[in-house]
Amino acid sequence: MADVRFQSIRKTFGKVTAVDDVDLDVADGDFVVLLGPSGCGKTTLLRCLAGLEKVDSGRVLIGGRDATDLPPRRRRIAMVFQSYAVFPHLKLYDNIAFGLRMQKEPKAVIRERVGSAAKLLHIEDLLDRYPSQISGGQRQRVAVARAIATKADVLLMDEPLSNLDALLRMEMRAELKALLQQLEATTIYVTHDQVEALSMGDRIAVMNAGRIVQLDSPLAVYDNPADMFVGGFVGTPPMNFLAAHVSADGGAPVVNLSGGSFRLADNGAAALAGRNLVLGIRAEAIVVEPNAGDGLVQAKVIVVEPLGSHNLLTVRSGEDVLKVSTPPHLFPEPESSVWLRLEPHRIRWMDAESRTAIETPKRVATTVSG
Amino acid sequence: MSERRTGFAWLGRFALYAVAVLLSVFILAPIYLMTLAAFSSETDVYNYPKELLPRHLSWDSMDSFIHFGGVLDSLQRSVLVAAITLALSLVIGTPAGYALARFAFRGADTVRLSVVATRAFPIVILSIPLAVIFIRWGIDDTSRGVSIAHTALALPFVVLTTASVFAGVSPELEEAAMTLGCSRAKAFVRVALPLALPGLAASSIFVFIISWNEVFASSLLTLRHRTLPAEVLSLLEGAPLNFRFAGGFFLMAPSVVVILIIRRYLFTMWGRVLK
Amino acid sequence: MTTIAHEVTLGRRLRRWEVLPYGLILPTVAYLSLFFAWPMVQAFKLAFRDGGAWTLQPYRTMVHDARFGDAFRFTLLLVVVIVPLQFVLALAMALLVNSKLHGRGLFLAIFILPLAVSDLAAGLVWQSILTERGYLNTLLEKIGLIDQPYIWLNPTKPNQLLGAVVVAEIWRSTAFVMVIFLAGLQGIPKEYGEAAEVFGAGFFQRVRTVVLPMLKPSLQVALLFRIIFAFEAFAVVLAITGSAKTTLATEAWRWQADYFNSHVAAAYSALILVLSLVSAGLVVWLLRTPKEQMLQ
Repeated sequence: MADVRFQSIRKTFGKVTAVDDVDLDVADGDFVVLLGPSGCGKTTLLRCLAGLEKVDSGRVLIGGRDATDLPPRRRRIAMVFQSYAVFPHLKLYDNIAFGLRMQKEPKAVIRERVGSAAKLLHIEDLLDRYPSQISGGQRQRVAVARAIATKADVLLMDEPLSNLDALLRMEMRAELKALLQQLEATTIYVTHDQVEALSMGDRIAVMNAGRIVQLDSPLAVYDNPADMFVGGFVGTPPMNFLAAHVSADGGAPVVNLSGGSFRLADNGAAALAGRNLVLGIRAEAIVVEPNAGDGLVQAKVIVVEPLGSHNLLTVRSGEDVLKVSTPPHLFPEPESSVWLRLEPHRIRWMDAESRTAIETPKRVATTVSG
Repeated sequence: MSERRTGFAWLGRFALYAVAVLLSVFILAPIYLMTLAAFSSETDVYNYPKELLPRHLSWDSMDSFIHFGGVLDSLQRSVLVAAITLALSLVIGTPAGYALARFAFRGADTVRLSVVATRAFPIVILSIPLAVIFIRWGIDDTSRGVSIAHTALALPFVVLTTASVFAGVSPELEEAAMTLGCSRAKAFVRVALPLALPGLAASSIFVFIISWNEVFASSLLTLRHRTLPAEVLSLLEGAPLNFRFAGGFFLMAPSVVVILIIRRYLFTMWGRVLK
Repeated sequence: MTTIAHEVTLGRRLRRWEVLPYGLILPTVAYLSLFFAWPMVQAFKLAFRDGGAWTLQPYRTMVHDARFGDAFRFTLLLVVVIVPLQFVLALAMALLVNSKLHGRGLFLAIFILPLAVSDLAAGLVWQSILTERGYLNTLLEKIGLIDQPYIWLNPTKPNQLLGAVVVAEIWRSTAFVMVIFLAGLQGIPKEYGEAAEVFGAGFFQRVRTVVLPMLKPSLQVALLFRIIFAFEAFAVVLAITGSAKTTLATEAWRWQADYFNSHVAAAYSALILVLSLVSAGLVVWLLRTPKEQMLQ
């Protein structure tokens, strides 16, 4: 196992800049997820690490060695492709053994490693078959088994679960995470599915337009998005963003939204007065009160979606449309009025022009009535 | 009302079948009859009315054809020329096909277009200068010369079909092989080639037949060392019927057999070529 | 230091990575330049030069030759008669094979049998059928349509000779066109035909309004190649008509092989080329699909 370092990686295709000056350090044994929408450069970055794309500038270091000019076969990596790329003309055994045979390992070692990899992926009974004779889900397992059999330094995964149907994907997610934890492999995992990213990674690198926008633990990415893109991309439903202004006329600062105002006992917030702000808050951080009260913002219910474990309300407050999460028993009527309490310590402030988060000092917050 | 519709549907079906059967007879009958004619005895050849059923089959006509002066030699030469053409065009053309399929390089479209355009040039206009050139180079009237001309003919075909065949093999497979320890060349040999083999085999057989059939260039480029079609053509004037029957069969049979064999791969071969 | 390292890697990169495809196509380009492009140039020189000077003499000889008119007319006739007939037939065959007919796999296998048959072989095949003591007469007599053998390949009846060559060529080369049509048909999503059917279009209407327009690219390709090959008609005419009928290609061959006059031969071949290119251009222009009408 080895660590991986990307240094100022830049890759263009003609006029399009796919990866724009990216730096990333992945420690030995770390599981980093590259998350982003299609076209954000995550797959290109992965392929640069694999050596399947040549970088235009920058360096790639694997285990301390400069691998930038090395062909894929000398980088000691293993890769699982989105389409699995399982060789159709070879039996499963030979597929999994392929990398080991290229390394000229002795037959006994090959047999042992193929066997244990197959067992880890629960396909040990299928080794004599051809890929055309097994299902897509099983082919995916072959691809993973083939990758781990080589005991490479770094494991690369390019959207390995996206071709599976929803149920299978959920099962494989958990299985894959357990397997990779057991192997303690340095893993770089690409996905556009933010649920996958949150559930699997030690750290998530959120990418947009060729750059890493935020590199953090899943919880931090979820709770403290670095900008409006991350807040809107991560989390189901996306973070609510409301245009806001803070007025501090002596006393506690007041947050002004298009649908209402409330006081906020937060010294840090007072410093934001006068700026064009965006208030970010997650659906589950908003509490619905049936009656008006101090510090509450009024809203009108548009749609109620019962999701079983909770209800998802779409409400309009002033000019803002928000998603609000409520316990399953709360069923307001459409067109009825509700009052929202925005949990103060879950509020994330963004700058309206730059769309990036504004750092405020740690706050002890309670709303002040009156 | 449903009965009326079934009635029309039945009539329509019947008509369709009738047309299909008629066309099939049109295609099959000449092949059958040619075979019959080629295997008829000396007397049957000139008999009238002809036997329509294989009752008196004999090797007479085939025998006299093969032992006709020069035929056996030209037969061997045709095989040799076709084999050389096959080897040359595959060795030269397959890398180009692979390049067109895998790499999006500047000039790829021009290459593809020019290769397609060569098929628009008649063999006629190629053969005449080649005949002159070969005389100058001293390789006129040789199998070498004919092979060179045939390879020029077959090369565009090989480039386009191998491009189509390799395009059908996912590049990710070779990439996977490269991450597992293969160089580009090794990945090609171990992954791309085995998967492309059926398509390549089919186009190889087709190249063989193209060379086997070719008559115009062969006639112009050879005098005393002819290929089979050129030999038959030169002997055609005043040739006896049995010669024509047996010769026709000899020229037709391999082509039909080849089609029977590679039928399945025709569409993988032609798929992207036609786009 | 960073700039130098940058340049060094750029150099290394350029050498290995970007050169590979060019290296792979080099043999082909070299071969075709030497044995295709260069001879083409030579062909034109042969046609327009004689005795070291630019001259139109080869053309004058060609045009004034007694057989020129016949060759030109017959060749043109062949193209004009064979191609349309063949296309209708090929379309019918392709539609048949593409339909839900039982056993259409078998029909497909049969229809493509002549695909690889050479024109010389086809000529000999049909000669055996059409010859005076051949199979056609045998069949016709057996079913009573005639009571003595009819001379189909009558040198004094040029239309019959034309017909014989046409039949032989259609028999042989329709498979080629059919295959192109089939590939094109299979690229037409069947929803288009179904939509037309829902809106009341009968079979022939559907062919006219849905199939043919979407088949245009295939039609273009097939037409292009077939016309070019038709202008080269050579061995099939020799096999069936002997020296009764001649074509442009036959004359080119004759001037080269029998009279050893490469110049006139080249003139003939240049004429064939020009006719082919003009027809090709016409086809491409007439069957062009304006960009707005293409879905992609």
